[in-house]
Amino acid sequence: MASSAAVPFWRAAGMTYITYSNICASLVRTCLKEPYRAEAAAREKVHFAIAKWAEGKPEKPSYFNTMFMYSTYLFVGRFKKLVDRKQLS
Amino acid sequence: MYRQACRRLLLRPSARAAAAARPFSTDLPSAPSQDTTFVEAWKKVAPNIEPPKTPLSYLKPRPQTPTSIPSKLTVNFVLPYQAELDSKEVDMVIVPATTGQMGVLPGHVSTIAELKPGILSVHDGNDVTKYFVSSGFAFVHANSVTDIVAVEAVPIDRIDPNLVQKGLAEFTQKLSSATSDLERAEAQIGVDVHSALNAAITG
Repeated sequence: MASSAAVPFWRAAGMTYITYSNICASLVRTCLKEPYRAEAAAREKVHFAIAKWAEGKPEKPSYFNTMFMYSTYLFVGRFKKLVDRKQLS
Repeated sequence: MYRQACRRLLLRPSARAAAAARPFSTDLPSAPSQDTTFVEAWKKVAPNIEPPKTPLSYLKPRPQTPTSIPSKLTVNFVLPYQAELDSKEVDMVIVPATTGQMGVLPGHVSTIAELKPGILSVHDGNDVTKYFVSSGFAFVHANSVTDIVAVEAVPIDRIDPNLVQKGLAEFTQKLSSATSDLERAEAQIGVDVHSALNAAITG
């Protein structure tokens, strides 16, 4: 079995297909004309809360109520990088 | 013990023959709309009560693979928030696959194609409807039903040319100044999408 199949550049950089697809979609949404752009932005809202755990108990969660999906991926990418480097423990 | 039982089940001559002759999903007969064994068992236990409807009875039966090539293609083009085309009969669909623009006619071989950002055109007689698709997949089945799924698809006239130019300039600049692999990949995606949008408006 060939394990050296040509991988797309985004997979080689560590991105999954879903991330790639969602980034493409949010870029298309930002290039729309005015009334459609507002409707599309409403579709993109993501609500999530991040809670850090220390000693088996969750600390107070920080809420991010609305964030554009593209910036969510950037944020999660940076967050994960910081956690990996133990700058945010 | 159970491991040996599984192996023996698979090595039975009848099982091996069945596995060798496994049909494609579109070659199978349409699934029955009611599970007859369930209905009979129900009637034995509660003959006066109607048997409950199962999800199978709500499904539309799968279209059969026709023996001759049909004259029209049935297209289902869906987005997460809306169904753009729902079982529409058309003559041809051109999808922007990663391997290039692919035209799908009735009787096309079964294909799964990953889509890249580009133009999807639906041809029905003399009408051509074009959409810009961000990314997704196109499944062509043996019975000439084509399912196209995309995350975002817009008619070409909804794209703003100024924003496209601005985005293209911004991402080309980000690509040249990118440091890590991830940043470079994101900038490359931006450049690809905006170039495709540009080609869609001008082409």
